[in-house]
Amino acid sequence: MGTSNTTKVLLEMRGITKRFPGVIANEDVDFDVRNGEVHTLLGENGAGKSTLMKIVFGLYQADEGEVLLRGEPIDIRSPSEAIAARIGMVHQHFMLVPPLTVAENVALGLSSSRRPFTDLAKVSTRISEISDAHGLAVDPSTEVWRLSVGERQRVEIIKALYRDAELLVLDEPTAVLTPQEVDDLFVILRRMVDDGRGLIFISHKLHEVMALSDRITVLRDGRVAGSTTPAEATRESLARMMVGREVRLTPHKGKVTVGDARLSIRNLTVIGDRGTPAVKNLSLDVLGGEILGIAGVSGNGQREFAEAVAGLRHTEPGGTITMDGADITTSSTRVRRNLGLAYVPEERMRDGVVAEFSVSENLVLVNHGSKEFTKRGLLATGAIRRRSTEMVKQFAVKTPTIDTPIASLSGGNIQKVVMARELSASPGVLLACQPTRGVDIGSAEYIHSRLIEQRERGAATLVVSEDLDEILGLADRIAVMYEGEIVAIIDSADAKREEIGLLMAGVLET
Amino acid sequence: MSDFFTLTVLVAVVGSGVRLATPYLLAGLGETVGQKSGVLNLGIDGVMQLSAFSAYFVVLKTDNLMLGVLAGLAVGAVMGVFYGVITIVFKATQGISGIGIFIFGLGFSDLLFQRLVGTPKPIRQLPTIEIPFLSELPVVGEALFQHNPLTYVAFILVPVTILFLGKTTFGLNIRAVGENPHAADSLGVSVERTRYVAILIGNTMAGLAGVALVLELGIFQPNLTQGLGFIAVALVYFGSWRPSHVMAGALLYGLVNATVLQLKARNIIPLSFSELAAMAPAVLTIVALVILAQRVKGPAALTKPFIRH
Repeated sequence: MGTSNTTKVLLEMRGITKRFPGVIANEDVDFDVRNGEVHTLLGENGAGKSTLMKIVFGLYQADEGEVLLRGEPIDIRSPSEAIAARIGMVHQHFMLVPPLTVAENVALGLSSSRRPFTDLAKVSTRISEISDAHGLAVDPSTEVWRLSVGERQRVEIIKALYRDAELLVLDEPTAVLTPQEVDDLFVILRRMVDDGRGLIFISHKLHEVMALSDRITVLRDGRVAGSTTPAEATRESLARMMVGREVRLTPHKGKVTVGDARLSIRNLTVIGDRGTPAVKNLSLDVLGGEILGIAGVSGNGQREFAEAVAGLRHTEPGGTITMDGADITTSSTRVRRNLGLAYVPEERMRDGVVAEFSVSENLVLVNHGSKEFTKRGLLATGAIRRRSTEMVKQFAVKTPTIDTPIASLSGGNIQKVVMARELSASPGVLLACQPTRGVDIGSAEYIHSRLIEQRERGAATLVVSEDLDEILGLADRIAVMYEGEIVAIIDSADAKREEIGLLMAGVLET
Repeated sequence: MSDFFTLTVLVAVVGSGVRLATPYLLAGLGETVGQKSGVLNLGIDGVMQLSAFSAYFVVLKTDNLMLGVLAGLAVGAVMGVFYGVITIVFKATQGISGIGIFIFGLGFSDLLFQRLVGTPKPIRQLPTIEIPFLSELPVVGEALFQHNPLTYVAFILVPVTILFLGKTTFGLNIRAVGENPHAADSLGVSVERTRYVAILIGNTMAGLAGVALVLELGIFQPNLTQGLGFIAVALVYFGSWRPSHVMAGALLYGLVNATVLQLKARNIIPLSFSELAAMAPAVLTIVALVILAQRVKGPAALTKPFIRH
């Protein structure tokens, strides 16, 4: 197709407004994509990126504004109309059916040449052709549940290419990939753009946006906050556009002298949900005054490891967990907490808060039985209210009142409530899992500064995160977890992104 | 005891086992299709009773078996429309809605029977069709190829269902919608329509199961099924949502049932134990299927109404 296409406008959205009861998701948004370019849509959670793309894909209808495809006004009312108009979408959460094969997943929704029967042989041949042409290796006859996350992503792209998508929307496609998989994906996407396709890339990872985009449009609170190019922008300037104020992307860390090990783990083996060991003979020390970051791709035993340390999962005989000299291997969560362990769980809505409870109730949840909050078996409402008002102020939680149900707060503010509660007891050991996942940049910045404070207080802090940037910014030492084992521990001063990425993928041996 | 293990008796037991398995198989296959699409229907027992009564009543009035079968199928389909409105249009909780359908079917068929018939009168039964050549084979001929048409239909529907679910485009849609409706939706497959059709198939087959039961017995009585539909739902679970396994379960159930009946008829089981022995088919079938069933997960979206987000 070549360069002649690159000037053509493929998709144009003018003055798009979309309202939901009580919220304006998009307000007067202009956005366009040309053939042969990657146009990135950048913004915080809830900025309106996904809503805008769901309008493109026919999942929502705009209340106002118009959409033009290849210069013609178009009204896309359903995904099938979008597909017919050669629009493809790779959704943030994979739209795959795990028990079905790759070919069945691709064939789904297409008309068959052997009606009423499926024509999977033909589909498989075509998949192989597409795989070869675009470097998307995958076996059509494998069930999807057997595939790695990276392979599943390829299946999603093949689905779109099979339907001959000219415009491809990728909604946070890198969220679950290792750095190497991201690099591979970008090569594939570049090739697709060079073929003359137009790509909309949705992300909030700034260095990826800088690496892939031709143009960048930033959304904030449903409106366009600005448009730029990687050449004109810096990560800082993009963050500023997203949040609307100056943001410090790399947390500032003072010098701290580390102490003795406050959390010691020896030969820990933990059985996962599938009945096989998820954590294998793991040993680790976390020292007072340091942040130890655990890096790894999701599903390599981090969750089981954290749950075992928190006391939520049984450990196999032979392993020990020691905190400040006390053996807590088989202790209850209550005992662990009393010894000074604080836990910020990965699934904050499921394990961190009680969704139906108010902000205030959630803030005192762990300690509500303490002398401070319970008098003669009754909850001391006055003391609880006083204390939670203080905590809301201290942690800058944005909430209408302390009686507001926590579920109606944003992800960032819910996480601040969890942090406020967990840090209120000045823990000796803090275990924080995915502390800023789904959290806006502003809150993330705040949460990071609070984590660093713990370090200065002499606490041992263990941060488990799939966000490598977060680990690199926070940690003093980085432990890389792969298939249930710590494959390397690296001083963050010597840490190289690429090296950690390879370790996370299990490629590099140490 | 010794005269029990003669060839004649065994042939009779297998023959009646196959016959007794028929309604379970029809209902179970239909329920499999429905559940594969993500919709649980606990109400098929009620549907069976309504269809059984309709078929009974039509045959009683017209003496035409074909019209009876059609009436039973039609009532099954109508109940499918009804259940579809409840679970797909109104997105009601499937478990409890199914119980509602069961109670409705049980009560309404009883009411109609009391009002329109009153005292049970026998009707014509389905004729036995002997398959040419095959029915003359020694042993298997009598056991397998001398049955009524609906028994043949039920067993032919096993490969048909396997083929339908496994090899057709619509079957693929059903499986996808039962596992991840959002994925199907994103590819332009209508989740609502697919589930609606699956429910219609399931209910119509439940209706046919009721017809098979009543036209086999040749008489109707209130609560004719005595929980047969619930056993069929259980067969689907224990049969890991596979038509062939559901058939195995239905056959096992029928065979144990036939054995118990035969033993009772020959006074091998004392009368005082007969109530206990009547439990044997259910207990044995469930035990066998629990042991045999691989730990297969059911459709991931089973019982979950589809809401686009």
